[in-house]
Amino acid sequence: MTEIIVVTSGKGGVGKTTTSASIAVGLARRGKKVAVIDFDVGLRNLDLIMGCERRVVYDFVNVINGECTLKQALIKDKRCDTLFVLAASQTRDKDALNREGVGKVLDELKADGFDHIICDSPAGIEKGAALAMYFADRAIVVVNPEVSSVRDSDRILGLLASKTRRAELGEGGVAQHLLLTRYNPNRVEAGDMMSIADVQEILGIEVIGVIPESEGVLAASNAGVPVILDDASNAGQAYDDAVARLLGESRPLRFVDVQKKGIFARIFGS
Amino acid sequence: MGILDLFRSKPKNTASVAKDRLRIIVAQERAQRGSPDYLPTLRREILEVIKKYVNVDPDAVLINVERDGEHEVLELSVTLPERKQAGADGDDD
Repeated sequence: MTEIIVVTSGKGGVGKTTTSASIAVGLARRGKKVAVIDFDVGLRNLDLIMGCERRVVYDFVNVINGECTLKQALIKDKRCDTLFVLAASQTRDKDALNREGVGKVLDELKADGFDHIICDSPAGIEKGAALAMYFADRAIVVVNPEVSSVRDSDRILGLLASKTRRAELGEGGVAQHLLLTRYNPNRVEAGDMMSIADVQEILGIEVIGVIPESEGVLAASNAGVPVILDDASNAGQAYDDAVARLLGESRPLRFVDVQKKGIFARIFGS
Repeated sequence: MGILDLFRSKPKNTASVAKDRLRIIVAQERAQRGSPDYLPTLRREILEVIKKYVNVDPDAVLINVERDGEHEVLELSVTLPERKQAGADGDDD
């Protein structure tokens, strides 16, 4: 049974692509067969975060238009045998993606025995975002603890509940999860940032993971290595926890409390 | 936090301000979600008709669609101005 997971947010720059890449790698290294698809037509970026930008020959739109086979367009990851990337097209044609074409590609992946298909949504609520979520079984809504991101997430939750295949067919809707990124426990304690509980309360959904603000994230994207592979970084470990929870494991949240400073740091500042 | 920070006045808790603002706007946007697209036009046209007879305030017409099991109820509420005013307005017609 193939599970289609959309990674979405409404607002841009909150960490959708970083999340898609890490979740895909996390599932693949647990032995799952995973495809991760970039839906951001015109602004392809997943390939960079995955570190396979120089191996893109054919893209998603080429497959939809029948200019190549799906097999030719899937880029096999160098680190995980069971992980494949489908890059977005750089075309400026907004109508390059259509529901029928996307549905066909997803069906072919299902027939190929993929366990999970991760759909990396573009920002906004336009066509690309609508198509990325349409076929989803599950949604990971990436949110920063910040007003505009939370508000946009709520709009996205509304769309997930009405403008998806599952909603239209009355198949029980899309399972929704929040993934809080750029979380900074120090600022939460100082009252400068909304807490996990605040965001959960406003949106009415539980978090599946909390990714702390971490230098590791930029370092990972610089290198083209999804941050989940950086076992030393807090963000990498937090993503691994989120993947475990996606697969039904229960794990306590980590890196969400303030690290207590020593007496010298308290007196002299940090 | 250094020792000097202890003497500064504590800044306002901005996170709780954010939470309160979000609570209101999200509730408002959720209420509007799923209501039919024609509601704003319906509201405007009803207002125009009422204005032919009574000079009501534009905010006096409230329209809501509520779901009650299988049924959808279109709720329409018009607050009329006070009697005295209404009488004076009668001349305008």
